[in-house]
Amino acid sequence: MMNLDAEMMEIAKVFFQESREGLDAMESGLLGLDNSTDGETINTIFRAAHSIKGGAATFGFSEVAGFTHGVETLLDDMRNGRRPVTAEAIQILLQSCDCLREMIAAAEAGAGFDKARIDALNAEIAQLLDQSTTVTPTPAQGGAVPGGAALPGTGAASPGAAGTGWRIQFEPVADLLRLRNEPTRMFAELAALGEITVRADFSRLPALDAIDPEACYLSWDIELVGNIARAQLTEIFDWVDPGCRLEFTPIGSPAAPAAAVAPAPAPAPATATAPRASAVVPSGVTVQRPAVPHAAVAPVAQRSSGESASIRVATEKLDSIINLVGELLITQSMLAAFADGLDTSKLDMLRQGLSQLARNTRELQESVMQIRMLPISFAFNRFPRLVHDLSRKLGKSVEIKLVGEHTELDKTVLEKISDPLVHLVRNSLDHGLETPQQREASGKPPSGTIELAAFHEGGSIIIEVKDDGAGLNRPRILQKARERGLIAPDQDLSDEQIDNLIFMAGFSTAEQVSDVSGRGVGMDVVRQNINDLGGHVQIFSRAGQGSTVRIRLPLTLAILDGQLVRVGREIYIISLLAIVETIQVARDRLSSVLGGSEVFRLREEYLPVIRLCDFFDIEPDSRDVEDGLLVVVEADNRRVCVLVDDLLAQQQVVIKSLAANFKPVLGVAGATILGDGAVALIIDVRDLIRAAVQRPRNINAVRAA
Amino acid sequence: MNSNTPGTGDQYLTFMLAGEEYGVDILRVQEIKGWDKVTRIPHTAKFILGVINLRGAVVPILDLRCRFGLGKGEFGPTTVVIVVRAGSKEGERTVGMVVDAVSEVYNIDMAATKPPPDVCANADTVFVKALATVGGKMLILLDVDRLIGNSIIEEALAGAAAA
Repeated sequence: MMNLDAEMMEIAKVFFQESREGLDAMESGLLGLDNSTDGETINTIFRAAHSIKGGAATFGFSEVAGFTHGVETLLDDMRNGRRPVTAEAIQILLQSCDCLREMIAAAEAGAGFDKARIDALNAEIAQLLDQSTTVTPTPAQGGAVPGGAALPGTGAASPGAAGTGWRIQFEPVADLLRLRNEPTRMFAELAALGEITVRADFSRLPALDAIDPEACYLSWDIELVGNIARAQLTEIFDWVDPGCRLEFTPIGSPAAPAAAVAPAPAPAPATATAPRASAVVPSGVTVQRPAVPHAAVAPVAQRSSGESASIRVATEKLDSIINLVGELLITQSMLAAFADGLDTSKLDMLRQGLSQLARNTRELQESVMQIRMLPISFAFNRFPRLVHDLSRKLGKSVEIKLVGEHTELDKTVLEKISDPLVHLVRNSLDHGLETPQQREASGKPPSGTIELAAFHEGGSIIIEVKDDGAGLNRPRILQKARERGLIAPDQDLSDEQIDNLIFMAGFSTAEQVSDVSGRGVGMDVVRQNINDLGGHVQIFSRAGQGSTVRIRLPLTLAILDGQLVRVGREIYIISLLAIVETIQVARDRLSSVLGGSEVFRLREEYLPVIRLCDFFDIEPDSRDVEDGLLVVVEADNRRVCVLVDDLLAQQQVVIKSLAANFKPVLGVAGATILGDGAVALIIDVRDLIRAAVQRPRNINAVRAA
Repeated sequence: MNSNTPGTGDQYLTFMLAGEEYGVDILRVQEIKGWDKVTRIPHTAKFILGVINLRGAVVPILDLRCRFGLGKGEFGPTTVVIVVRAGSKEGERTVGMVVDAVSEVYNIDMAATKPPPDVCANADTVFVKALATVGGKMLILLDVDRLIGNSIIEEALAGAAAA
């Protein structure tokens, strides 16, 4: 695409972001358009498309602008009631949204995009427009459009073909001013190009009492003298509504009579009498053409990178932070004033100032954390579209319900939970819900329901994916699990245990691999992703009534509830979420297995024991287990006992990266800063467990490295 | 190595280490702070003393004596930590280096410096950018990026000094 300099790129980033939001709005609008045609909805969609077009043209992404123009024209016809809202049109518009999303991502990455697809869509849009009853088809139409038809337009656009002047007839829609277009500004821009004569046509002006002060009744006849390219003119009128009548006719040049006598390719198709022509043949496209062929190869893979780079923050959140910083400054100056005339009588005031400082700081921290919190609707909003597309494909009728979309959670968690959620919803659609016939046969309404719900519970967020389908097929799950050797043949399991077997690695109930789910990414990956975020997942199912997947996630990854533990003179932190229990044990309940590794018998289970002093090479208070405490920790469904000297306080700690200035360290998940300013390391329980499961010698091997 | 700064006087902060004077590009120095207690990091090389809290950032501390094999020095009142910023492929790191004492700031004409001799008793010459002479004294100018990068990654030094 076009090369923008760094400064423009900064501004363009805002455009990319806004375009994505615009596309989201278009998409949800289009999905809502299904049955009843509501004027406001179409308007919203239209406006989104219009601003994308305008922005794209401003930044020189003319392919995006050109493509959007076609979409916009189609929408405009629907908006004005000139065209019925058909399922077919909606489908094409939805595809156009996808297409635009890719084009925008490509423009952002400076990569190419799937030209063939755009051409195909363009042709479809053109075809739809062609069927229009009200608009006369224009010469540049149909299948020929994407390839060569743009060229006649450029003939006129090239400076050589431009005459010594232009006659511009401009008859705007009444909405011109309301749409934030300013004719005088356009004329000023025109005047900058050459000598200009403007004649206004007042004929449409109504009587004074009938005038709508915000409407535009005037039309203009403009003569512009100078050697001006057509493209320069179209650029000025770029933002004008396609409903306007806009005609450019070359005048005064030797070429002009010829053009007038024989309305040959140059001026005729190029005139804007038929906005539909420019809908499919944006004049700007040809300018870009040379860049396309080599760029068209690279598909866009970096979509996600752009999405996570910045964050939009609600103004009130920022205001609250600014307020708090203000208070902090007041407290600071108060404390500074004490320092000047320091004497013991003021000690009380100093203490008061310090406690105020403490409160300010805590509030400020909370507010700043709030910035990272986003409503879960960012993840939920893609589902109506997904369900819409999938249910069509699978021949199922599905309604999607979103509950608690305003529940907020950390941006990082939000981004990482999206993919597992998509997988779960796909699973529900593909395996959970039955076809309308099956549903009717079992006395259910033909249309199934998938509900996505989010809510807070304690310090966690709960996300549920609920369907009213057939529920899990327990006998088959059990049979599969036995076949695959995931459970012993004679093992007895409760219903709940059976249901949760589907999260085990190497388990997939899909009898045939479908296009929708069962692509080798199983529920075990979903569970893995959720575990990685420090959360966990469960499934509840009732035969014939549906199933519910329940995900519990921490609200944020930046703060953790930690248990401080001490070994010798060092302090480490273990996440409270990982701790199952802590016990003081008698020496004889510890037994050593071959090679000196120790196990502890906790009720019916033998758990490996890790002495933190050995693992981290610390001098402990005592090597006697009776002097220490065993902390039972769990991760990935495995448990180990960690021997420490003492348990200290429990507190919330802010997680700091150790790798930022150093590198990742085995057994350490990060660091934090304690009340006294010292750094304490946070233990990576999974590393610990992994190390315990391998031979204990390996720990030493790693340490020696 | 010195071709990019011909004839200019670059400023170097010098410090003492076991009786020798070393210099680092002053533009890499973020601050100098007193020696304070560190938090040890398990499973790391001996010359990484641990990490400290530098205004909320967790910053590793490198014992330069230990790194250069100069024998254990006592941490006394002049012992300081020079906090430097070092570039690497992964981005910029902030790292503290413990030295015996801070000495001077010199203007050094890079054109007048000498490359380190090929054969040196100590193999760590890859960290040496150049040798400079100021007032009859020899200064050992260090390449901060290499020193920090190598110390943290602890990889075998890649080849001999190309410089």
